[in-house]
Amino acid sequence: MTALVLVEHDGGALKDATLPAVTAATKLGGDVHLLVAGEGVGAVAEAAAKIAGVAKVLVADGAPYVHQLPEAVAPLVVGLMGDFDAFVAPATSRGKNVAPRVAALLDVMQLSEILSVEGPDSFTRPIYAGNAIATVQSTDAKKVITVRGTAFEKAATEGGSAEIAAVAAGEEAATARFVSAEVSKSERPELTGAKIVVSGGRALQNGENFSSLIEPLADKLGAAVGASRAAVDAGYVPNDYQVGQTGKIVAPEVYIAIGISGAIQHLAGMKDSKVIVAINKDEDAPIFQVADVGLVGDLFKVVPELTEKL
Amino acid sequence: MKLLVPVKRVLDYNVKPRVKADGTGVDLANVKMSMNPFDEIAVEEAIRLKEKGAATEIVVVSVGPAKAQETLRTALAMGADRAILVQTDDEVEPLGVAKILKAIADEEQPGLVILGKQAIDDDSNQTGQMLAALTGWGQGTFASKVEIDGDTATVTREVDGGAETVALTLPAIVTTDLRLNEPRYASLPNIMKAKSKPLANKTPGDLGVDVTPRLKTLKVVEPSKRQAGVKVADVDELVGKLKTLGVVA
Repeated sequence: MTALVLVEHDGGALKDATLPAVTAATKLGGDVHLLVAGEGVGAVAEAAAKIAGVAKVLVADGAPYVHQLPEAVAPLVVGLMGDFDAFVAPATSRGKNVAPRVAALLDVMQLSEILSVEGPDSFTRPIYAGNAIATVQSTDAKKVITVRGTAFEKAATEGGSAEIAAVAAGEEAATARFVSAEVSKSERPELTGAKIVVSGGRALQNGENFSSLIEPLADKLGAAVGASRAAVDAGYVPNDYQVGQTGKIVAPEVYIAIGISGAIQHLAGMKDSKVIVAINKDEDAPIFQVADVGLVGDLFKVVPELTEKL
Repeated sequence: MKLLVPVKRVLDYNVKPRVKADGTGVDLANVKMSMNPFDEIAVEEAIRLKEKGAATEIVVVSVGPAKAQETLRTALAMGADRAILVQTDDEVEPLGVAKILKAIADEEQPGLVILGKQAIDDDSNQTGQMLAALTGWGQGTFASKVEIDGDTATVTREVDGGAETVALTLPAIVTTDLRLNEPRYASLPNIMKAKSKPLANKTPGDLGVDVTPRLKTLKVVEPSKRQAGVKVADVDELVGKLKTLGVVA
């Protein structure tokens, strides 16, 4: 089964989210080709060609793809799918935006956020906010798959020497136009790829407490900073910090939940972390049911002390 | 401009799902069902656009069993004008729903379709994008802000690492993120009024749509349980634990 994997990139650099998708595609058992769509993406293509296990890198370089709008990228993918049995995209906001559009144009059902490849046509995926795992079999001739990044190892970024081939650019999207982007600035590791994540919840009370308590602890541990929806909605931190069913799904080595009660929507985003540490003053908080290490205490006292003693 | 808002009846988000012992699915007998939270946001956004004068009529549609009528009545009580139930007892996948919605869109000719970004039962996050593909319209997914100006919808989208704004030529598809708005509650008088608002019944067959599933669910299991953890008494003990676990040197 030859698979085409959509490369996640920001125009200048290949994003790590691509790597677990390559691993998942490799498990389908056939050749793995990558697609880089963008404008001026030579460097991304070079990086993609070095990924272990990749047979070929297709590059669609042109103005229609500069912002990777699904209205332009989906027809490009569909045009290439004659040669492929599967289209695989990372389950990032970009992958989730374009893959179902591809699936519908091919008249196939998409398999969303797969956790494992059980066979060439069967996969596991989470449903009900991760409270159940379904094994599903696709009867479609071509598969369209998005891959949950935390469920697969990252493919090695060295060792490959794939051939790079240009594909003809299609047309600019007539129905949609990019206006602007607003990027949250962060010096810390990216949330979805971090080994350690320190997350804060509503109990922090305000944004200043978030910066004065959560961030120093995160910096001491070299960790990424996350948040519960309550903390995001209250405006303590930007939206893209949110961990949960509707935010980011993380599975770091260590997840430290501070002042987070542990609603099922939050647990959906972090319960596959290897070690969960919870600090909460409510000893009945549901977070303690999944925490490996729990400390019942006032975060305003505990967190500064912890930061100091580390 | 007419707005089309698809809504789904799902297991209430506060209910902890129970996996059936025979592994065929999640037990939905005698549990509370509600409107998918993202769809409430879609209905709310449609009502706000109508209140601002950007839309004239709101049509809500649901695909599902007879009981999905309750979900449609909720949307009518919030402020939608009329409802369409595409009734079927079979489970319809996002591709099938998208095809049904395409057929309804052909009949109704909406200027904008607003959907939730995902249903909290199957967590697919596909229907809006698929409908956009089938209609050939632009898509503004994971929207946190929607503005209509003439024949253009300007949509700010939540993306990894921040936000992105796109301009879509109407008609277009928008899917809602949680942050788009805070849905209103239906008042009792409005709930009563909603009972007399029109609700049309159709079937997938009436619309000429084949909803045969493409995916076969082989089994549904509970996720592996986490080992029970330990509670520590103070920060020193916590630091000790973190050292044993190799988190810190």
